[in-house]
Amino acid sequence: MTTGGPVVVTGASGMLGRAVARTLADAGHAVRTLQRSPSGLAGHRSPTGGAVEDVAVDLAAPGAAPALRAVLEGAEAVVHLAAKVSVSGPWAAYRRTNVEGTQRLLDAAGAAGVRRFVQVSSPSVAHAGEPLVGVPAGPADPGAARGRYARSKAMAEQAALAADGRDLAVVAVRPHLVWGPGDTQLVARVVARSRAGRLPLLDGGTALVDSTYVDDAADALAAAAARAADPQVHGRALVVSSGEPRTVGELLASLCAAHGAPLPARSVPAGLARAAGGLVEALWAVRPGLGGDDEPPMTRFLAEQLSTAHWFDQRETRRLLRWSPRVGLDAGFARLAAAAAAA
Amino acid sequence: MRGSPSPAPSPLAAPPVRSRATAPGAPDVDPASLPGVDPRWSRLVEAPSVDGTRRTWHVLDGAGSLEGEEPAGTVLAVHGNPTWSYLWRDVVAAGVAEDAAGRRWRVVAVDQLGMGLSDRRPRAGGGPWRLADRVADLGALVEVLRAGTDDGWPPVTGPVVALGHDWGGVVVTGWAGEHPAQVAALALTNTAVHAPAGAALPLALQVVTAPGLHALATSRTDAFVRAAAAQPRRRLPDEVRAAYRAPYRGVADRAAVEGFVADIPWRADDLSRPALDRVTAGADALGAADVPALLVWGVRDPVFGEQYLRDLRARLPRADVHRVERGGHLVPEDVDLGPLLLRWLAARGVGSGAPAAAPEPAAAPHGHRRPLWAELAARADDDGPAVVEVPEGGGAPAVLSWRELGHRVAEVALGLDAEGVRPGDRVSLLVPPGADLTTALYACLRLGAVVVVADQGLGVRGLSRAVRGAAPRHVVAVERGLVAAAALGWPGRRTAAGPLGPLGRRLAGSTLAGLAARGRRSPLAGVPAGERPTVASLRLPEPAPPDDAAVLFTSGSTGPAKGAVYTHDRLAGVRDAVAAAYEVDHGTALVAAFAPFALLGPALGAVSASPAMDVTAPASLTATALADAVAAVGATVVFASPAALAGVVATSGRLDARGRTALGGVRRLLSAGAPVPVPLLRQVAALVPGASLHTPYGMTEGLPVTDVRLADLEAAGPGGEAGGEAGGQAGAGVADGVLVGAPLDGVEVAVAPLDADGTPTDRLVRTPGTTGEVLLRAGHTKARYDQLWATEDASRLVDASGAVWHRTGDVGTLEADGRPDVGEDAAGAPASDAATGAAGGVRLRVQGRTAHLVRTAAGVVTPVGVELAAASVPAVTRAAAVGVGPAGTQALVVVVETEPATRRAGGAAPDLVAAVRRAVAGLPGAPAVAAVLVVPALPVDVRHESKVDRTLVAAWAADRLSGRPVAPPWSRAGRLRAALGARRRR
Repeated sequence: MTTGGPVVVTGASGMLGRAVARTLADAGHAVRTLQRSPSGLAGHRSPTGGAVEDVAVDLAAPGAAPALRAVLEGAEAVVHLAAKVSVSGPWAAYRRTNVEGTQRLLDAAGAAGVRRFVQVSSPSVAHAGEPLVGVPAGPADPGAARGRYARSKAMAEQAALAADGRDLAVVAVRPHLVWGPGDTQLVARVVARSRAGRLPLLDGGTALVDSTYVDDAADALAAAAARAADPQVHGRALVVSSGEPRTVGELLASLCAAHGAPLPARSVPAGLARAAGGLVEALWAVRPGLGGDDEPPMTRFLAEQLSTAHWFDQRETRRLLRWSPRVGLDAGFARLAAAAAAA
Repeated sequence: MRGSPSPAPSPLAAPPVRSRATAPGAPDVDPASLPGVDPRWSRLVEAPSVDGTRRTWHVLDGAGSLEGEEPAGTVLAVHGNPTWSYLWRDVVAAGVAEDAAGRRWRVVAVDQLGMGLSDRRPRAGGGPWRLADRVADLGALVEVLRAGTDDGWPPVTGPVVALGHDWGGVVVTGWAGEHPAQVAALALTNTAVHAPAGAALPLALQVVTAPGLHALATSRTDAFVRAAAAQPRRRLPDEVRAAYRAPYRGVADRAAVEGFVADIPWRADDLSRPALDRVTAGADALGAADVPALLVWGVRDPVFGEQYLRDLRARLPRADVHRVERGGHLVPEDVDLGPLLLRWLAARGVGSGAPAAAPEPAAAPHGHRRPLWAELAARADDDGPAVVEVPEGGGAPAVLSWRELGHRVAEVALGLDAEGVRPGDRVSLLVPPGADLTTALYACLRLGAVVVVADQGLGVRGLSRAVRGAAPRHVVAVERGLVAAAALGWPGRRTAAGPLGPLGRRLAGSTLAGLAARGRRSPLAGVPAGERPTVASLRLPEPAPPDDAAVLFTSGSTGPAKGAVYTHDRLAGVRDAVAAAYEVDHGTALVAAFAPFALLGPALGAVSASPAMDVTAPASLTATALADAVAAVGATVVFASPAALAGVVATSGRLDARGRTALGGVRRLLSAGAPVPVPLLRQVAALVPGASLHTPYGMTEGLPVTDVRLADLEAAGPGGEAGGEAGGQAGAGVADGVLVGAPLDGVEVAVAPLDADGTPTDRLVRTPGTTGEVLLRAGHTKARYDQLWATEDASRLVDASGAVWHRTGDVGTLEADGRPDVGEDAAGAPASDAATGAAGGVRLRVQGRTAHLVRTAAGVVTPVGVELAAASVPAVTRAAAVGVGPAGTQALVVVVETEPATRRAGGAAPDLVAAVRRAVAGLPGAPAVAAVLVVPALPVDVRHESKVDRTLVAAWAADRLSGRPVAPPWSRAGRLRAALGARRRR
């Protein structure tokens, strides 16, 4: 980015948000991170002159607008990652954070004269349960999206792209299945389940899926923040992945192997898992936390995600963002193993 | 989703007043509501009719979107019953679009009176429109179109291309026959211009013309209209089916449909029979005048079957024919007819601005070749063995001398002639290799009859399709073939070969022995009564070098089998290429365990022995049977297929000392038909220590093309080998394809480089290092494909000098030939070794089929190199590399067979995945493998049991990797599932 205004990153307490903030700072930007809990990066200074400053705001709070305006004042761009990410929980919680929070941020950004806005979305916003095989990003469809998270993110993406205009350029970027060291979402859960002997493969785990190493995803988002105002880019939704689809079985095995955890071996019919997921979801609605876990062991959404192909055509994304992965899967797994060994 | 079609106006929203002009009585159909139709094409034209009235025709006229541009010419397209001009929408669109030569065509598709959106008022004077009316009214319309109208449409100028389908073909041919000076070309699809004498009406039409059913089927219900729209093999989108029905929604709208069927002039006393006879005569006249003609035929047509195509071909003998094996009656919906027609018009030089007509296949670049029967004629007094059959168990061989073979060939040729088989007629041979097949084959060649050879590797259905399509006049078959011919309704008179049971005797019109006896009595024998004729004595005219000699069928591994037509000249070229490459001449004794070479023996003048084996199961050849055959004739040359060689190696332990000695005398062993694994070749080499081992490369369309010796493969190092384990040169990397060697003498090899999408271009490159579709030029390639005009056209590349090359569909790379001096070869082969002494300094590496390229985002990956790399992993015995996902962003997937074999198909274990990925990454371009799947066994071809069906593997891999846990369709579990599924559907 050539102009010097700071870049605001929301949701920087998560693995990807932190990586984005660090990447932007390392590229010489002043970065304001905006989240409920500290990013752990505050005070980070890069040799290029970039720096990170933490600001505590809860986007979901209805009274957050003035505080948001203040944070966004003078900012050059926003990368919006903050979201409620889960596979369970009441719809109202998703709506509050993901839909209303995003709208609040968009409004504030518009009012503050921010020029570029990267809405970090999810490929699940356009996934209606059918296999996605080498496709480009389809339109977000809240009606068809599976699960509350996906539906709320689809609504958020629609709101963001609707806000795209002459003053505020918006691009929606959907990183697919991001993993890396320090990941509490995918990696930690997979490894924990594997160690507990509760990581089956669905239908032998041969569905082909894309995934993205965290640093590559962060680079892509930084590139999007720089390129959002390009006439070919703004208003678009783009899926980001490593462009190296692997079978679910291999992906899970690689994550486990990096942590010295046992490899998944048992195969369960996907139909059964989907049925079980439905049952579990029903039970969870009545008695959350059944079984002593904070999340249900299986949901229909998860069963579908683990048993249907979803991998994407990356040509357009790479051309438009002028980005390509620097790390890739295999080097990523090695870094993951090194981080796990150091921990 | 973007690009969603604009919603069709709902009936409620339609304006109450018709804003469009319509023909009197015509149904109100908005052309803008028809998928595939540009509303600017819709036009009304008034013309006088023979009934004394003026009639308004509706036509789709491409001039509506030509924007004043002068077209190369006009196509007059006439639909049949019960369709309408909508049938031709894609042809109109193709005409408007620029073709490869930058030309546009004006296609005018008419709605016949009473049909489509044309005038629906009944014929003045009552009764249905008759064929004669329709022909005359079309002529009146053309006159109006030529004279021009005052509504802004340009007049039609110049001769036109007449195009017709179904009964529209009859009408347009009738018009063309009456106006030959106005006709530039004739193109017909699934039609008839003649009711064969005594021919029953096609069954489908008997139903609709049956009293009581006729009106019910054609007008009172829309069953006939619906059935027509259901005719193409591919199910049409609902909106297209609806468009076909649009003008025939009401009972009154279908009156002409009924009338049309009522007018079908089938019996000699039908009212329209004289008109049909005039159409027939017109077609004959157009044929005699050599008007360019194209026949595009959907083979699976219950109404206009093969006999009508044969009838048309007889009337239009120079017509180009394109059979659509998977096409039905509504063939314009099954094949891209518009582009096909435009390509054909350009190739035939029709229309203004036509590119120079494509040259005919250039005369083979060599001098006069000896006829295929020359050795038989020359050796009429030779009592030495010509054909030797070695029985199982090493009993006394059956020996046919040159003299006896010559007599038999002459007698059967005369017998076939007496049966009415004429030069150019086709004779289908369903006889296993041996004395009978050799006799029948050379008799046909000498007579000038064209032999049709299809093997059982095609399966019963494929074989049947091939034989029927080739339209034989005569079938010579063993009993099993006779039964098939009768049961499957193949055309042609039947002659039996070999032993016959009661059923066979009933099915056969004659036997080979009977034909021979008849031949001995023929006045054309050329010998005094009581003497046996010889090949030299026959008074039958000899076929000329450019006459057709044979139709050989491809294996059909990618779509329906194609017939490759060889002329006498080109077949003799095959003989000469084999003779030159493998030093076979009239002094040579050979053993042929591979049928094509057994047949060449008499042409080569070599003594040929067939070992005891089941020819339909090449792996049944044993080492002892091979040794017995070698010993029987003292053979120095052996021809075999890889599967047969595998059988020999597997049984070599039972070989006795005598057998080993016999095999020790073999000097040359040739393995043809499929790539041979190097380890197998090494094992074979141990059995024939005195022989050099050759693997020719070629295809049904041209064999042999290149040749490679085992010694060359060994010298080329790892990966030079076909499907072998990595050799001793670790670190040398994996070769990206199979080395097939240098072009043989008289063969030119080049490549057409691939573009960025992996599509072969039209450029021709001969410099080493280029990858592309392999191109061939030789005097012994096919002359053309049989009745596949568009396929033939697409298989040709014409270079700057006008020379025609054959596109093989294989992808390969030319390499500089880095071999050490051939003269220093250690194997004792003389420096003059013709097979390896090819000049030019290039050799070919084959990397896959153009249809099997994997088109990834990082570039095009050729499968063979990936498969060789995968097979270099110790646990892997065979591999298939396929692409999954949309072209341009495909994922590369490797499917492997392992040792020990897996019991269940699925994802490979992590260490196997890693090993395969590592091996493949060693290839140039380091292709990234997305997934590795294991299967108990890969599907391979019937003929050679070695070519993996990558198309089938790719389809399964795509299913499996999308998440569906399906078993491979070729596995037992998969077949069981398919069978159960079929039952459930029933």
